[in-house]
Amino acid sequence: MSTNKKPAAGTEQVFPKCKSGIRGLDEITFGGIPKGRPTLIAGGAGSGKTLMSMEFLVRGATDYNEPGVFMAFEETAEELAKNVASLGFDLEALIAQKKFLVDYVRVERSEIEETGEYDLEGLFVRLNHAIDSIGAKRVVLDTIESLFAGLGNEAILRAELRRLFRWLKDKGVTAIITAERGEKSLTRYGLEEYVSDCVILLDHRVQNQISTRRMRVVKYRGSVHGTNEYPFLIDEKGISIMPITSLTLNYEISNKRISSGIPRLDTMLEGKGFYQGSTILISGTAGTGKTSISASFAAATCQRNQRCLYFAFEESPNQIMRNMKSIGIDLEPCVKKGLLKFHAVRSTFYGLETHLVQMQKLIDDFKPDSVIVDPITNLINAGDQNDVKSMLTRLIDYLKAKQITTIFTNLTHLASLETTETEVSSIMDTWILLRDIELGGERNRGIYILKSRGMAHSNQIREFLITSKGVDIIDVYTGPAGVLTGSARLTQENKDKAAEDSRKEETEKLQRDLERQRKLVQAQVEALQAEFTAKEEEVKQKIAQEKRLEKTSSENREEMGRMRKEDKQ
Amino acid sequence: MKEKSETTKKFEKRLQATGNEKYVLRLYVTGMTSKSINAIENIRKICEENLQGRYELEIIDIYQQPEYAKKEQILAAPTLIKKLPLPLRKFIGDMSNEEKILIGLDLVPKEKKK
Repeated sequence: MSTNKKPAAGTEQVFPKCKSGIRGLDEITFGGIPKGRPTLIAGGAGSGKTLMSMEFLVRGATDYNEPGVFMAFEETAEELAKNVASLGFDLEALIAQKKFLVDYVRVERSEIEETGEYDLEGLFVRLNHAIDSIGAKRVVLDTIESLFAGLGNEAILRAELRRLFRWLKDKGVTAIITAERGEKSLTRYGLEEYVSDCVILLDHRVQNQISTRRMRVVKYRGSVHGTNEYPFLIDEKGISIMPITSLTLNYEISNKRISSGIPRLDTMLEGKGFYQGSTILISGTAGTGKTSISASFAAATCQRNQRCLYFAFEESPNQIMRNMKSIGIDLEPCVKKGLLKFHAVRSTFYGLETHLVQMQKLIDDFKPDSVIVDPITNLINAGDQNDVKSMLTRLIDYLKAKQITTIFTNLTHLASLETTETEVSSIMDTWILLRDIELGGERNRGIYILKSRGMAHSNQIREFLITSKGVDIIDVYTGPAGVLTGSARLTQENKDKAAEDSRKEETEKLQRDLERQRKLVQAQVEALQAEFTAKEEEVKQKIAQEKRLEKTSSENREEMGRMRKEDKQ
Repeated sequence: MKEKSETTKKFEKRLQATGNEKYVLRLYVTGMTSKSINAIENIRKICEENLQGRYELEIIDIYQQPEYAKKEQILAAPTLIKKLPLPLRKFIGDMSNEEKILIGLDLVPKEKKK
């Protein structure tokens, strides 16, 4: 995409390229097939040679205004038109617009008698005439090898083919030559000897009863190209090749947080929930509630008035809706509102690539804000582990580039709880683990966050409850008796409560005793005080009496003196 | 049984007709190359010697009339097409192998060849 323009632009001066218009091929070849030169497409029967070359012409005619000539050695024009109509190509219309021309070359050995020296000038004349009559820039020869079956003189044929490819180059048309896959060499008749600028190999393999188409650029003279085998798909929109390299790790990221639909889970994620556009893996053993969390998230997405696309590989939509309703998550209104869309298909129904393309197409059409894939484990059935990983990587890249929050669920077994079978955990942003905690004769669900990139998430194991009102997460019991869940937690909590109560009572009693003591002391203090006050009063009275007595006696003495006419100094 | 005799009759009629049918031949060449010239000379000679007075030979240069190449399914050059009598037959090459042409044109019975 945007990043691939660079290498294409860099090589443009030295090596002009012709955009094929086939989805993915131009990314792999960094800009297309060599312009003005022949390219060889080799592959076995039914590998898609004809369709790929046909799409090259049709895209050229419709998207790049480059008319094309299709020289068919195997099928007539009518047959071809019929065959490619299923891909949405309207050859008749293109022919009417003079953008496309089919020339069917019939080679029937029984009809032809060789009587001396000849050349293939007739073919040249036809091709030249066809090219000139519509000003073609693109040419396909499908499958020129038929000539080997039709004409006996291989020496002449080889010389003429060499001349033909030379001639095509001189003519300046971008040509695709298809050839049957050979057993020892790349092609049955060694055509790669003559067409050596660019060789593309198509392959159609059946693995575990599931067929997968693949392509590989074997050779591209003078240009870098993706060297891997890339799976491709033929569907009603033509060929799609999904190169892993066409997506790069430079997508924009969001700081926006969205709720998981479970308040307590949001709390565990810094109280804010997931990052928008992140990928979340929920793994756990059977029956731990993976689908329930997914459904909560789906419901939350719809509540925000956003769209959610739910890929169900295990259960039918109706079954999911019924089951979720029983735990208080009603998805039906969301579906009716068009906010939630289920896509249920058995994982073994297609090969992996078809799944991938199907998913991409649905995502393109529905434009969801969040996607749920439930579960990814089932996809393993559709291919081997490496394939699954590369497919999921591509899907995740694709989703991330589109800023779609995605939940993948993954069924694990107890022994390998912290390893995902598809080894995809490394490409996930958040990994939530659900597990059974077996204790005291019952199983309870535990939930914890193994990792969550870019946030300080909780490191605690929480108990995960599925109630008739939805899912809920509560704290587990952690205390001197260990970590307890379920009824053990309840028992322990009750026990703890009782112990606490009795402790409380004890304290209250002590407090009451102390109060009493205090009151007693106070009473005593008061009694003493009263006694003291009484005494003080008595003493004071006595003192006053004394004073009074003293005064009276002195007055009496003076009186007496006056009476005795006592002389005073 | 009746049908069988009818086909036999047809066959006998055909058998009688051989030897005086009219031949319509077309030779497609590409310009005046040595192969073209050889082919023209060779086929003229064969026709004069074997089909005198009952053949029609048309020589077409597909460089001049390229639309014939597609119409007549021409691949190699030179190509001789026997349009009549049926069946249609094609010969490619410079027509130097006279025997092959004569057999192909049904002018020499296959036993006579030996």
